Amino acid sequence: MSADAVRAAFARAREMKAGPDGLNIVLAENSDAEREAGAMTAAEGLGGPLLAQPIAVKDNIATLDIPTTCGSRILEGYVSPYEATVIARLRAAGAVIAFKTNMDEFAMGSSTENSAFGTVHHPLDPSRVPGGSSGGSAAAVAAGMVRIALGSETGGSVRQPAAFCGVVGVKPTYGRVSRYGLVAFASSLDQVGVLGRTVDDAAAALGVIAGRDPLDSTSVDIPVPDYRAASRRSVRGLVIGRPREYFPERLDPGIRARCDAAIDAFRSAGAIVRDVSLPHTDYAVPVYYIIAPAEASSNLARFDGVRYGLRVTGSGLSAMYDATRSRGFGPEVTRRILLGTYVLSAGYYDAYYRRAQRVRALIEQDFRSVFASGVDVLFTPTTPTTAFKIGAVSDPYEMYLNDIFTATANLAGVPAVSVPIGSSQGLPVGGQLIAPHFGEATMFAAAYALEGSLGSASA
Amino acid sequence: MAITFDDVRQIASLARVGIDETRLPVLAGELSRILDHMAVLAQVDVSASDAGGPGNPEPGAPLRRDAGPPIPLSEALSHFAPDMRGGFFIVPRLATHEDDASEEET
Repeated sequence: MSADAVRAAFARAREMKAGPDGLNIVLAENSDAEREAGAMTAAEGLGGPLLAQPIAVKDNIATLDIPTTCGSRILEGYVSPYEATVIARLRAAGAVIAFKTNMDEFAMGSSTENSAFGTVHHPLDPSRVPGGSSGGSAAAVAAGMVRIALGSETGGSVRQPAAFCGVVGVKPTYGRVSRYGLVAFASSLDQVGVLGRTVDDAAAALGVIAGRDPLDSTSVDIPVPDYRAASRRSVRGLVIGRPREYFPERLDPGIRARCDAAIDAFRSAGAIVRDVSLPHTDYAVPVYYIIAPAEASSNLARFDGVRYGLRVTGSGLSAMYDATRSRGFGPEVTRRILLGTYVLSAGYYDAYYRRAQRVRALIEQDFRSVFASGVDVLFTPTTPTTAFKIGAVSDPYEMYLNDIFTATANLAGVPAVSVPIGSSQGLPVGGQLIAPHFGEATMFAAAYALEGSLGSASA
Repeated sequence: MAITFDDVRQIASLARVGIDETRLPVLAGELSRILDHMAVLAQVDVSASDAGGPGNPEPGAPLRRDAGPPIPLSEALSHFAPDMRGGFFIVPRLATHEDDASEEET
């Protein structure tokens, strides 16, 4: 093994033009990666599927020696003095951080058009978006640069680009993975997620990064199952719920056809498919786009020119804050900070923020009820459309609707995975599996069965 | 929900983001349209929702007044450092930040 996989990753990146003059997937490379891979291979006691494997990491996860910019001018060139727990765990398992990947600024977006460092292009069709906000990580896997990448999820930012790019994308249960070193966007929703070329890749990586971390008080002390072994379990007798709210009449016909084929595949494998209802699904996008900006407006208050990155001086302290944040944040981040500030302001707190929290509780109750009724896993489309053209969606709320099938899992805190289930008009289609809290093992079993039946659509 | 230019100025002040006056029409329009979509939540029956859960404080929880700059301090700013210039504290430069000085915008 030695450093072969790392060398191959860099060669593939050059071949695919993954830099800013091409697909714009990569924001930074680890120039020491080959040497690290050699050292990992030579180290005693290391082994397993991640040994000397190159990993791509979304640029909002803190790494030593390589900048962590969050795709923002306000953090351009910023190098963290510490590394995220997920990075430390991957390296302890022998993996090598090879690339930091481009992303929507501060993870706000569904197309990776919002990066201060330029749009990421879809590896299969460069005129299209790869999805977002973890678009660079999904594209790195789809382009064949790496088998495994890390992303982050707040409303679907791993699963949606995974679906667009034809790779596997996992959002773990809230609390399953440490967020220490993940730059905060919306703390009640954020999770580190995994992108993999296969379900097995994603299961292997999640098994390494999951588990309690004393540095993150929201991480939960529940044993981590062997996800790779669990994924081989038969789905015979498994009850798959098909929520009707995720299959509206307006659903893209190509996506509906692929989902129908997936449902048939589950039936053929011996699973039981049952129609169910999650009645508050339609409220997920408005709830999400109140709660997430509200939390973002608080979390991003720390970027003011005092402690991090860009500083634009003005005539006094307040002027410096205003000028730094005005110059440092892009249009979408500014819009969400303003929206979040508005819904938290005293005059509108009850009408927006408090009401959104109460509806969020109803969305979570929907999931608890359906799983309590005997459903093991839910199956839905991951996205309402396939990858769209760069620049095709200009209205902010229309862009937000990309999260319509994914934001619910974040609001409820349950785990979910997007699996390639074929293609429509030459573009990948993702199917989503949603499991109860800490039900990743069953989720992986269903995902593995689906992958085995329908195959991968990645490049 | 019609967001006025003054609303945008007020929330930008609370958020400490400088907004160019020429951007006000676009921002006011975008925020208004987004908030129009949020209005659907007013129709939801939330009587079955757990109102006391995490992140869902009891009604009547005290809220502070929406007030932007200046930052209220119990003592004058000059009491916090031996010297000030242009609203900033003058402190010894950190050795670890010496390389950053040339990159700061002025």
